[in-house]
Amino acid sequence: MGWFSTTPFLNVPDSTQITYKKSSWWKLNQQKLTPWIFLFPGLLLFLVYVIWPIFNSLYISLLQWDGLSPAIYVGLSNYIELLDDEYFYISLMNNLKWLILFMLAVPIGLGLAIFLNQTIFGIRLIKSLFFFPFVISQVVIGIIFSWFYNPRGVIGPFLDKLGLSNYAILADENFATYGIIFAGIYPQIAYCMILYLTGLNNLNTDQIEAGRMDGAKGFSLFKNIILPQLKPATFLAIVVTVIGSLRSFDMVAIMTQGGPYGSTNVLAYYMFETALSEYGYRMGYGSAIAAVLFTIMMFYILFFIYRMYQSEKKGL
Amino acid sequence: MKKIIATLTAILAMGFSSSFAGTLVINTDLTDPAPKAAFEWAFNKFQEENPDVTIEVNNFDHEGYKQAIRNFLTTSPPDVFNWYAGNRMLPFVRAGLVEDVSDIWSDTGWVDGNLTEGMSHAKKPMTIGGKQWGIPYTYYQWGVYYRKDIFEANGISVPTTWDEFVAACATLKAAGVTPITIGSKYLWTTAGVFDYLNLRTNGYEFHMALTKGEIPYTDPRVHAVFDKWDELVKPGYFLENHASLAWQEAIPPMINGEAAMYVMGNFSVALFKEGGLTNDNLGFFQFPEITPGIPMAEEAPTDTMHIASGAKNKTDAKRFLIFLSRADVQEEMNKTLGQLPVNSGSKVDPDPFLEAGLNMLNNAYAMAQFYDRDAPAEMASEGMKGFQEYMVNPDRRDKILERLEKVRQRVYK
Repeated sequence: MGWFSTTPFLNVPDSTQITYKKSSWWKLNQQKLTPWIFLFPGLLLFLVYVIWPIFNSLYISLLQWDGLSPAIYVGLSNYIELLDDEYFYISLMNNLKWLILFMLAVPIGLGLAIFLNQTIFGIRLIKSLFFFPFVISQVVIGIIFSWFYNPRGVIGPFLDKLGLSNYAILADENFATYGIIFAGIYPQIAYCMILYLTGLNNLNTDQIEAGRMDGAKGFSLFKNIILPQLKPATFLAIVVTVIGSLRSFDMVAIMTQGGPYGSTNVLAYYMFETALSEYGYRMGYGSAIAAVLFTIMMFYILFFIYRMYQSEKKGL
Repeated sequence: MKKIIATLTAILAMGFSSSFAGTLVINTDLTDPAPKAAFEWAFNKFQEENPDVTIEVNNFDHEGYKQAIRNFLTTSPPDVFNWYAGNRMLPFVRAGLVEDVSDIWSDTGWVDGNLTEGMSHAKKPMTIGGKQWGIPYTYYQWGVYYRKDIFEANGISVPTTWDEFVAACATLKAAGVTPITIGSKYLWTTAGVFDYLNLRTNGYEFHMALTKGEIPYTDPRVHAVFDKWDELVKPGYFLENHASLAWQEAIPPMINGEAAMYVMGNFSVALFKEGGLTNDNLGFFQFPEITPGIPMAEEAPTDTMHIASGAKNKTDAKRFLIFLSRADVQEEMNKTLGQLPVNSGSKVDPDPFLEAGLNMLNNAYAMAQFYDRDAPAEMASEGMKGFQEYMVNPDRRDKILERLEKVRQRVYK
């Protein structure tokens, strides 16, 4: 503060009058308004493509509507029917199976990442081969896996050896969902592996050295030194895996179309089937299913936001 | 002939009043080679005869079309579009999206005066609420396609009664051949079997009443159909793992000689022949009689052409529909399609399958469209899911029929 007041260059003559222009409303509020102006295009898109459809779907779920003729208001009867719909419960259970089993992608991805995190000749090529499932489109993976599961195909001789000759997993109501999840988890593992590989690149070597000096070895080194450093990668991997499992629509659509007889339906596909597929003309019922799926996702998102808020409070 | 010219001039005069006269927009789903060739011929022929009209075709993918139709009919309706007869067109007719074309059917002055006469047998599936909503241009028979050589090798002759049919299945099974192949991944193949079992067990009137929702699925007569079905399902006469196979994927077992029969539509013949079967070892027979004395009705799905109610050029659209109803046009188109013309004035190519089909359908007591065209969409989708589940788990019959009954009460409310 001292040097400023004694600065020799600032010699304002006494005669000079400083006049202030009267500030405009814009000048006064510029600071407050600018962020909103920048946010406006994004907010507009968000309103039109996210908020409005959500409320519109909730409204449609109160109607009986085939998408063509005039709609009839039926109150909550779509939801009441949902409670008595066995396909709905099957879909809900399958969503749960997806959610739980999909989580396996995280530890498997971590394992592969550690395995590949070496410096030997040709490791770049090997790594890129492991990236492959993530690069291929889900549709292609779905088609390839349905060929793979065909008992007349590649898997045939192995099934014969296991005493399961002619077993088609996608035709078995009890196991078809697991067959699809297995196909769906294949690219998800690659995704988690990529996340962990970048995490492993950023490990602090000093800490590892220090840990070694203190006698940490093997699993204890991994658990106490490396894993905590991978926390951001783990967090991200879990988030994308949960999202991946909840939007498990494409694999089901390609591999079984919800069949055999609805046993592999998930909420997203069941919604599509009732409202939009070849025989689906029930927009109201489909929207009611969508509302349930939305509620489930909302719980997850709120939990996620709460956790983020808590950790930010701690971190800052 | 004079009449035609007079009508055409009248239509032309009307046509000029419309600002879009001259352009006829047609939405279709011609991705398969045979329908594509047949329609290309028809479009060219129509333009040759009507040089004042320019045809504009919007071609959709066959599966995608089933979803796209809802959008284009409500947002940007074409003049003409193809679809299917029966209840399949009901949602669109009910929503007022399809133009009433009863005048084409009733006005004998339109063409050479024989439209109603030549297609009277196909009028019923085109009628909703006493009006006609389109014209049919092709149909095909359903029945049993079989391997003649495998039947001969096992000393089986073509079965005409249910007992003979079941006995044939037993003989084939004992010989290590899968009696009936089927791929039920996309569900509708199961409906073909159900339709025939019901048509033969309870007759056409019952089948129609059931698909119209007038009979509960828990009715003992419906159970009687499943009793017959049990005789095929329980001994394992159908192909294993059919729930994971598309209908085309069930064809190779028959080509390899691992399976002997397929309850299918005539469109399958092209695939059988592509796979190497010929008229010598591939045969066709009518689905056998079950309840003696019940008149034999057949399954004959009809493909149709309609005018959108929002069409801009209805005059030329009607001209096109009339053109498509003509005996000579249907004859030529169906030669390419490998199917049967609806107009009884058309001749059929000398092909054993078409001849057998035509002969069977001409003597048919009545024609059903197919379960998913006779029953409304929601019922059809639940019904076919139920049929598939039954074919895998015949023990769950009661549970399935109760569920279908619940759906019936909701759908036809």
